Amino acid sequence: MKYSANSVWENKDEYDVAVIGAGHAGCEAALATARLGFRTVMFTVSVDSIALMPCNPNIGGTSKGHLVREIDALGGEMGKVIDRTFIQSKMLNKSKGPAVHSLRAQADKADYSRAMRQVLENQERLDIRQMEVTDILTEDGHVTGVKTYSGAVYRCRAVILCTGTYLKARCIYGDVSMYTGPNGLQSANYLTDSLKSLGIKMYRFKTGTPARIDRNSIDFSKMEEQKGDERVVPFSFTTDPDDVQIDQVSCWLTYTNEKTHEIIRNNLDRSPLFSGAIEGTGPRYCPSIEDKVVKFPDKNRHQVFIEPEGIHTTEMYVGGMSSSLPEDVQYAMYRSVPGLEHAKIVRNAYAIEYDCIDARQLKSTLEFKNIEGLFSGGQFNGSSGYEEAAAQGLIAGINAARKLQGKEGIIIDRSQGYIGVLIDDLVTKESHEPYRMMTSRAEYRLLLRQDNADLRLTKTGYEVGLIDEERYQNLLRKEQMIDAEIERVERTNIGTSEKVQKVLESFGSTPLNSGTTLAELIRRPELSYEKLADIDEKRPELPCDVEEQVNINIKYDGYIKRQMRQVEQFKKLENKKIPDDINYDDIQSLRIEAKQKLNAIRPASIGQASRISGVSPADVSVLLVYLKQ
Amino acid sequence: MKNDTIAAISTGMTNSGIGIVRISGDEAFDIADRIYKGKSKIAESESHTIHYGHITDGSETIDEVLVMVMKSPRTFTGENTVEINCHGGTFVLKRVLEAVLKNGARAAEPGEFTKRAFLNGKMDLSQAEAVIDVINSENEYALQSSISQLKGNIKNKINDIRNEIIYHTAFIESALDDPEHISVEGYGETLKSAAEKIITELEKLIRSADNGRVMKEGINTVIVGKPNAGKSSLLNVLSGHERAIVTDIEGTTRDILEEQVKLGGLSLNVIDTAGIRRTDDVIEKIGVDKAQEYAKNADLIIYVVDASKDLDENDDKILGLVTDKNTIILLNKSDLDTVITADIMKEKAGDIPVISVSAKEEQGIRELEEKVKEMFLKGEISFNDQIYITNIRQKNALSQALESMKKVIMSIEDGMPEDFYSIDLMDAYESLGSITGEAVGEDLINEIFSKFCMGK
Repeated sequence: MKYSANSVWENKDEYDVAVIGAGHAGCEAALATARLGFRTVMFTVSVDSIALMPCNPNIGGTSKGHLVREIDALGGEMGKVIDRTFIQSKMLNKSKGPAVHSLRAQADKADYSRAMRQVLENQERLDIRQMEVTDILTEDGHVTGVKTYSGAVYRCRAVILCTGTYLKARCIYGDVSMYTGPNGLQSANYLTDSLKSLGIKMYRFKTGTPARIDRNSIDFSKMEEQKGDERVVPFSFTTDPDDVQIDQVSCWLTYTNEKTHEIIRNNLDRSPLFSGAIEGTGPRYCPSIEDKVVKFPDKNRHQVFIEPEGIHTTEMYVGGMSSSLPEDVQYAMYRSVPGLEHAKIVRNAYAIEYDCIDARQLKSTLEFKNIEGLFSGGQFNGSSGYEEAAAQGLIAGINAARKLQGKEGIIIDRSQGYIGVLIDDLVTKESHEPYRMMTSRAEYRLLLRQDNADLRLTKTGYEVGLIDEERYQNLLRKEQMIDAEIERVERTNIGTSEKVQKVLESFGSTPLNSGTTLAELIRRPELSYEKLADIDEKRPELPCDVEEQVNINIKYDGYIKRQMRQVEQFKKLENKKIPDDINYDDIQSLRIEAKQKLNAIRPASIGQASRISGVSPADVSVLLVYLKQ
Repeated sequence: MKNDTIAAISTGMTNSGIGIVRISGDEAFDIADRIYKGKSKIAESESHTIHYGHITDGSETIDEVLVMVMKSPRTFTGENTVEINCHGGTFVLKRVLEAVLKNGARAAEPGEFTKRAFLNGKMDLSQAEAVIDVINSENEYALQSSISQLKGNIKNKINDIRNEIIYHTAFIESALDDPEHISVEGYGETLKSAAEKIITELEKLIRSADNGRVMKEGINTVIVGKPNAGKSSLLNVLSGHERAIVTDIEGTTRDILEEQVKLGGLSLNVIDTAGIRRTDDVIEKIGVDKAQEYAKNADLIIYVVDASKDLDENDDKILGLVTDKNTIILLNKSDLDTVITADIMKEKAGDIPVISVSAKEEQGIRELEEKVKEMFLKGEISFNDQIYITNIRQKNALSQALESMKKVIMSIEDGMPEDFYSIDLMDAYESLGSITGEAVGEDLINEIFSKFCMGK
């Protein structure tokens, strides 16, 4: 049933690494291994769909923007590409604390794909190959190569699985069901069986996307215009902010109404979810419009964002109304929304089901625990989102390269980045839905800000070899400037001169009774480092990003120190490593449930063990005592 | 696992005159200096020396003490250790420990000193196994009963507060994660009034702890019965040593005796009362009144009946006292010629379970054990209805939650951005969870998704 080619032949081009898939995870993974010196071949079912954005036309957003910043700080590509191809940009949550400021850019999808493809094509040691991979070849528990649908064998020492939503993919709306990947692209139907035969446990997840509508059929006068920020902040720390001040396009806001909801409710019985035709588990974060209507019956309207798919197309994305209802219901429901009365659908909304893995089979390095040299990243690991995918792809790529270099893998821990939270959650916690990053998942979020991603991670990127010397030296200089300025500000005394009182008054701040430090004044909610420039006579000339760090670090000093103390405790447990060969059955005092969970997940550290549901604090104590013996 | 500084009362919580509060960890000396007033500073003292002075809490002097200073590594735990020898009894011990906790120490977990001693290499392998046993038994205890151990009311109260906290946090978080769908504008005011309400509740709970009448953990159990029915003998059998004075003279037990005993893995605070019967003896009268008072508030009543004597009006009186309570009737002296059989007793007792025992011959104790366990696991016995906190660790957790909630209000008043509220809200949530034995896990994420509509 499998091969159209009867003969198997061996491709003699020598590769170190094979990356399967050319989505956001695959791109970062392949670039990382190639840049770190390894000959890499990247397989895709369609070269035209490299770095495709099959769902929402944006990069970033709350917590996802953090991920993109972190990818960039480590030497990844996503931030640089979106900085070149965005058509609108916004810093979300600007009125909130710095920890939750999040950058989100609308992308020109076609430009984004093209720009990323160019980066890949120009990358030394990286070859792109349009071909479906059907088998992972192993010997004695380690990877030796891959086999393609055409019967070719490619020998290599590491494989990175980034198959996204393509494995045994099925797209569904109403009673129409197509065995394709997103956008009607060819699915990959054979690899699952090969993975299963390697003992890998598979899940089936589901996600969905709304319809695309022709902008010429939309009446924007009935919608609210949503413009981008006046001053755009770039994603990449290497992008000159002056280069991203472009003419931006707008998005549009409209709402569903009772009529929409009635149409949906009247047709629920025709939803494939209702009929049981969909078996996969969907994400709670991206509910379909029918889910929202059912789950929140009291809400009489839901927001709908109309977003351009690009500049050279009239297709518009209907954010907030993903669906798997039948085509005729889709027409009726979209056309009940103000401004969409005459909407022409270009592409239907659909749900998509695909095979992915239980990521608890992976180490924190994203290598399979039981198969040496086999790594995986992205939606294949049970996540959702372009940014989550790219982050994992980058880490999988880095660690595949380090494996081949004979070096220990890089693990970003939960106190170092959202990437750490993401991967730790994936490999530690059981998940029943595509995992989406959220700021509330980060327990040390005050430290993991998007503004300091470079300070947190660029050193690691440099050690790995993805950050060059110049960028590293710049970072060190930045650090020194920040430290020196914080110290100066903490020591700068401010007296009760008339000038000071006047400045305070002008910001509605209580006048001083006696002298204080500049730092103390900055901590007042209504003041900031910037606002106090006039009464700070010895202030040196500093770059904006340094001033920003000084302000945040002083202003939120109390909270930041508190979280840093919590991180110290956290690190102690993270640093207590559990040996690979530990036999939990030998530890009689562990409860049975804890033994089962520990045996299944085999955590790398006491810290990770403590986060497994079903492992109690007392079990952790027992483990500690046992390890000390 | 943590090297922060821990403290606990390291002698049993009996009403003996002298008790020790032990502090161990890097900050032990500094913490002691914050509450100790004496000739010299603890931190500047030689190792293994004893100092006379007073423990104070703010301006108030709690107790006159001797403080022993031991520097790492020559200590039980291997860490800097301070032992405060108090002599004011249980209440004072508790006050001293509270002062220590207030000044930077954390309440030690069960077995934690021993665990640290082992982890710091102060014990050998065979001892270590014993440590595992200790931890393990705590484990079992916590698992079976951490939640049902709590008085139903307290648990409900705390859960109500937790639900309230997680709801508000989830709202803020959903707005932060999806600012275009959900607005948190002006939410500070709503949250502030909710937080004030929560603070009032927490303060009430903490006050109840201060008024707490019994300080030990466990099921408050009262043994009642007519004089010389064998109540004291029963207590002796349960506790495994002679404690009460057992004689054949009726009315020997005049004081209220209290003992903590383990029965089937459960902790019972057993109070032996003077025999309940009409009496003219004034001293005994006080005992009887007290016994009736105790019986009213007990979690479990064990009514001891002398099977070798006929029932009289006193028994009717006692039966009236114990009906509609969690009561077990013990037909004692089953080794002697019995006048009252189990059947006779059962007829009179209605739904109350009746067990034949001989305290003297230690018969029937297993059945009693099974019965208590069964009632406990079924949730029939939990604790008294009135809300109060008796455990110092619980109280400490409540105080922490209170502090966190106060910080929430401060943040709101200071005009801090909303995401800062979540930090303290979740701290409070976690502190309260440690009382009911619930970990945070995915609570917040689940609450966000179940309560608020978000997403593209």
